[in-house]
Amino acid sequence: MKEIAIVGFQQSNSVSDAGAVNEVEMIMPVLSRIFQQVGINNAQDVGFVCSGSCDYLQGAAFAFVAGVDALGAVPPIKESHVEMDAAWALYESILKIRMGHADSALIYGFGKSSPGELPIVMSQQLDPYYLAPLWVDSISLAALQARLMLDQGLITERDMAEVVSQSRRNAMNNPHAQLAGDVAPDDVLAQEMYLSPLRKADICPVSDGASAMIIATVEKAKEWGLPYAIISGIDHCIETHNLGMRDLTDSVSTRTAAKRAGMGAGPVEVAELYAPFSHQEIILSRALGLGDETLINPSGGVLAGNLMMASGLSRIGEVFNRIVSGEVQRGIAHATSGPCLQHNLVTVLEKA
Amino acid sequence: MSEEQEVVTVVKAPVYLKYNFTAGAAPARFLAQIKKGVLTGQRCPKCSAVYVPPRGSCGGCGVATEEEVVLSNKATVQSFTIVYIPIPNNPIQPPYIIANVVPDGANVSFIHLMSECVNEDVHIGARVEAVWKPKEEWGFAMDNIRYYRPIDEPNVPVDQIGKLSVNGQEG
Ligand SMILES: [Zn+2]
Repeated sequence: MKEIAIVGFQQSNSVSDAGAVNEVEMIMPVLSRIFQQVGINNAQDVGFVCSGSCDYLQGAAFAFVAGVDALGAVPPIKESHVEMDAAWALYESILKIRMGHADSALIYGFGKSSPGELPIVMSQQLDPYYLAPLWVDSISLAALQARLMLDQGLITERDMAEVVSQSRRNAMNNPHAQLAGDVAPDDVLAQEMYLSPLRKADICPVSDGASAMIIATVEKAKEWGLPYAIISGIDHCIETHNLGMRDLTDSVSTRTAAKRAGMGAGPVEVAELYAPFSHQEIILSRALGLGDETLINPSGGVLAGNLMMASGLSRIGEVFNRIVSGEVQRGIAHATSGPCLQHNLVTVLEKA
Repeated sequence: MSEEQEVVTVVKAPVYLKYNFTAGAAPARFLAQIKKGVLTGQRCPKCSAVYVPPRGSCGGCGVATEEEVVLSNKATVQSFTIVYIPIPNNPIQPPYIIANVVPDGANVSFIHLMSECVNEDVHIGARVEAVWKPKEEWGFAMDNIRYYRPIDEPNVPVDQIGKLSVNGQEG
């Protein structure tokens, strides 16, 4: 099987409101930076393009088609889209390369969440018969999950506050972060409850922005003469949409995906986890069995800025950056989708 | 056993979501001009194509369209259709014409209404001009132009549609 490598990654700053720009105007600067990084002109120079976005976020029908206007798609290119985080667009692109239909791919994700009421918008991803008509918002569901964990003695509010504190401090080294600062766990605990047992700081912010990645076969990466990191494994698993039938205090699908992606074949020096709520970082690191030898979310994770439909791809990009800079040799990235960590994807990255 | 219950076959779940929609930076510049009664396009720095209404990029080249160009009130019919079916709550009575028109100076068409015409005489390549609403009714909207009407000028050959300069057939 062909080895596939990441050769480039770019992301915009995570901002609370991108202002008047539309989707194509949000994507173009990120794409022009990644074309420059890899030394190509536009999407004509890769074999496949796949994007991840969701029209519900900005409330514009066919916003994902407008995104294609950023590519330079004349003459026609091979292009696809997932109504999911772009981490799944990466998954599709890997399949495309493995099938021999392309030797390189551009993946991008974008989200302008500020125009709508994001937690309410997210309620519409629930099952359409029982839950979506109740308009259960994403924060309320996460609060129920955190309450289950607290009541079962699996976590304390201080554990959650420590996750927030670590995120804010790590994000001080992330130029793209929206929320960063020297925040102590006690500072977090001093905050009033927002939606018990969650404080505002336990919840990722609403963000606008985009990210992009270019992958290629190892031969193509060498031909381009670029530093690269190998994608040694990727897999994803989903749990039932019926929340009452899941153990919300665990993430079975993350554990299974990590196993199938081959996480256990070597040390995990760094892990970027897509945990939109503080307690979910604890669920994920326990499900993956991560210990002190693993640096978790050195970027600050998505508590520092959450680009819907792009943050999953950005987790992978963050690990890629740390491998090509020589900081680490091996790491994993996690992406999530759906309420209370329903659907999870794990990517294993290694030094070339 | 409980009483027999009626089978539920339909669940009504209307969706209401509120958004602060923004058109985008490039469309916002276009709308600010049309509020002043000026129809503008934006030119691609790479292939020179002029887009109207501009959406921010040249879809062909994937680059931002910065340069703003003023377009003519005159245009050419690129394609059209005669609508015979009434649209609920639409004041326009059928049969009427919806046409793709390319303003002189632009390279792409947009959809607009035609009026003051004999529907059967409308054809591809026909020359038309914009009829604007009274100035006091202008807003940030395409319907500042009420409709297009035919003008007495020679037809534009099909291979020249979308290629006229802002000076029209005088070149
Ligand atoms: Zn162009």
